[in-house]
Amino acid sequence: MRNIYLEPRTERSAFAPFLVSMLAVCLTIIAGSGLFLIYGKSPIAGFHAIFIEPLQSSYGIGEILLKLGPFLLIAQGLAIGFRARVWNIGAEGQLIIGAILASVVAIRFDGSTSSLLLPGMVLAGALGGMGWAGIAAWLRTRYNANEILVTFMLSSIALQILYYLVTGPLRDPQGFNFPQSITFSAAATFPILIENTRVNASLIIALVVTVLAWVFMQRSLMGYKLVVGGLAPHAARYAGFGEKRAIWLALLIGGAAAGIAGVGEVAGPLGMLQRTVSPGYGFSAIIVAFLGGLHPIGIVFSSLLMALIHVGGDFARLSVGLPSAVTDIFQGLLLTFYLASSLLLTHRLRLRKPDAVLTAEAAE
Amino acid sequence: MTALLKLTGISKIYPAVVANDAIDLTVMPGEIHAVLGENGAGKSTLMKIIYGVTAPDAGTLEWLGTATRIKSPAHARALGIGMVFQHFSLFDTLTVAENIALAMKGSVKSITPRIKAASERFGLDVEPEMRVQSLSVGERQRVEILRCMLQEPKLIIMDEPTSVLPPQGVSDLFKTLKKLASEGIGILFISHKLDEIRELCDVATVLRHGKVTGTAVPREETSKSLARMMIGRDLPHAENRGSKAEGEVRLTVSDLSYVPDDIFATPLEHVALTLREGEILGIAGVSGNGQNTLVGLLSGETRLPDAMAANIRLNGAELGATGPMDRRELGLHFVPEERLGRGAVPEHDLSENSLLTGFGSGLAKYGFLNLGGMKQFSSNTIDAFDVRCGGPNAAAQSLSGGNLQKFIVGREISLKPKVLIVSQPTWGVDVGAAAAIRQKLIDLRDEGVAILVVSEELEELFEISDRLHVMFRGRLSPAIKTQSTNVEDIGLAMTGDFERLETPAEPSVVEHA
Repeated sequence: MRNIYLEPRTERSAFAPFLVSMLAVCLTIIAGSGLFLIYGKSPIAGFHAIFIEPLQSSYGIGEILLKLGPFLLIAQGLAIGFRARVWNIGAEGQLIIGAILASVVAIRFDGSTSSLLLPGMVLAGALGGMGWAGIAAWLRTRYNANEILVTFMLSSIALQILYYLVTGPLRDPQGFNFPQSITFSAAATFPILIENTRVNASLIIALVVTVLAWVFMQRSLMGYKLVVGGLAPHAARYAGFGEKRAIWLALLIGGAAAGIAGVGEVAGPLGMLQRTVSPGYGFSAIIVAFLGGLHPIGIVFSSLLMALIHVGGDFARLSVGLPSAVTDIFQGLLLTFYLASSLLLTHRLRLRKPDAVLTAEAAE
Repeated sequence: MTALLKLTGISKIYPAVVANDAIDLTVMPGEIHAVLGENGAGKSTLMKIIYGVTAPDAGTLEWLGTATRIKSPAHARALGIGMVFQHFSLFDTLTVAENIALAMKGSVKSITPRIKAASERFGLDVEPEMRVQSLSVGERQRVEILRCMLQEPKLIIMDEPTSVLPPQGVSDLFKTLKKLASEGIGILFISHKLDEIRELCDVATVLRHGKVTGTAVPREETSKSLARMMIGRDLPHAENRGSKAEGEVRLTVSDLSYVPDDIFATPLEHVALTLREGEILGIAGVSGNGQNTLVGLLSGETRLPDAMAANIRLNGAELGATGPMDRRELGLHFVPEERLGRGAVPEHDLSENSLLTGFGSGLAKYGFLNLGGMKQFSSNTIDAFDVRCGGPNAAAQSLSGGNLQKFIVGREISLKPKVLIVSQPTWGVDVGAAAAIRQKLIDLRDEGVAILVVSEELEELFEISDRLHVMFRGRLSPAIKTQSTNVEDIGLAMTGDFERLETPAEPSVVEHA
């Protein structure tokens, strides 16, 4: 008889995060196959629709690139906070406030052809996201209020504010009472990058932010301080890295990135402010950040995968007739399997004789 | 008479190292048996085998004359083997009584009076209701000892139990151990303190590189001959020529009373000290008497309120309300007692860990990491302080305690401090490395640096410090020149009797001739 034991890893390999993410993807595919069978659909057809079909048309690729932008932006911002163990799960709300403030700028300067209008909207969106996340930072540093709860609840508040504004002050007066704003002028929308797709210049911002995130986390002293604060709070205090500063910085960065993603929606595919500005990008980006190992490069790949799942979910609905919840289910499976697999980052499985014991520390 | 425990040919092989190589060891009832060896000699592995934590790869273990396979620590305890660990196995969030109750039968309520009785009997001062997280390292060890004693074992394994006790506590413990031995209980006593072993133990088994290099009757040996068996050469001893003329005052603490936020931490009462350049000032005392509070205030990890900023001065400048970064800029560096998680980030490599306190000294430029400089700095430190590791890219957690301590001490010394505060410089460090660290501190002192050493090891303080304070329940004794005092007086002061230290150190002024 041999039993399976968990034992702490003495060393970590550089590939472990990558392997763990791949394991989560594989397990998702296996569990997904089971679900397809329960629905009486062929798993091969299902996966073909989700993972292959979107890549076979320029429309599909365009949609993937369109969704890549917000995932990349938000996840890069969140990952910086998560490395510092600041759990901002309210990127959705920060995105909405960013979208609202950018829309206010666009509506206020409607008709302007100034080339400063779009940058002004981006700035307003970033400030909006920062402000919204800043509330959580202030409550945490001043009153030690848990930022998980605060950011999450602020998301609900942001959504209600959005509903109020699109049915009231920001509603298009000529819009037949539809809950949406006026359509933004060309100067207030991102130019299209690839013809015949909806891919716009906001993707460039996301790519630039990715590079900046890499530099910040891997090469800057500020990023180092954040990481130390997350890994070893006592060491951070010993070194004199202020904890409050880290909390502010982590939340403001995440908020700014989410806010800009909000601008990318209203000044991109939507072209206006409406009741739905995001199909849950802010929440999905949490999964993206973790699946990418909280590493700027890893997040590029996990963002692509998440964009593919979102677009592929739509394809599967049309071609295989799967319910629209398939996207959510796949996201949930991914997160669950990732969390389970991530145990293997710090531990490994070993087969042992039953009467041997758990601890086998290096000889001392 | 049947042997209590008999090991024959016990071997344990780990992927990287042969930890135990055909060890033979016999413990008779009523025998106090020393297991002597440096860190890495295989003592801990051997104890883990006896206590059922690890299974041996070869060899037999006989318990009371019967070949036995000890399956788990619970099995070992059921057989009558108790162990006091060097690394604590206590739950932080539980109280002392709850921790002890976990390993015993009976409720927390019924055990509490027994804990109180035992702590009085063995002179181990511990409050059963206290939460372990608020206890100092020394107090936690006392809980470990108590827990083991309460189980009334036939064989007690003690892994360096004396390092946290004051001299009187050590002799009380020894009395207890001798009494237990006279009742037929066997004791395995692991230590590297040769004098203690000579005083206490009947037999010694000496290990080196996983093998038995000899057995001896410690009373018939000298410390020198035991040391030679243990490390294969003569024991290194720090060279201390004593400090030169009185230097300028660097650090002053004046009338510092402070109640920490953590209600379980010891408050300070009217603490005052003066640290001069070119001297080593020692603070003796059993841990948990306010050392952590004081050290936190000196390092800047705890800041005083603005109104009290003047109670701590560095070169005359008010410092009390500033943080560690500001103090480091003024030349005050600090080596904490916890190496992993405080002095170093466990997951980071040594190169990244050099940045932890070195970012202000050129290892970061314009807010960006100077990767080349970090690597250079850490490999210089590794070379200069003989840190045995896989190089600058080795994770801090992969180093042994002694080597990580050498790295941290080396890092702070390399950053050219004017004032260096060191807490427990050689805790859990093997004798060779400990001597090297002490020598470095003395050399640094000779270069004119002002050094404050907080330690529980009196031997160490007498070896390196020029003047001594004693800390007890948040109060600090007056300083006394190390040369004009002795272990006894300091030991008395460690239990709260400062009287003998308060008489002038030198009888230069005699009023009534």
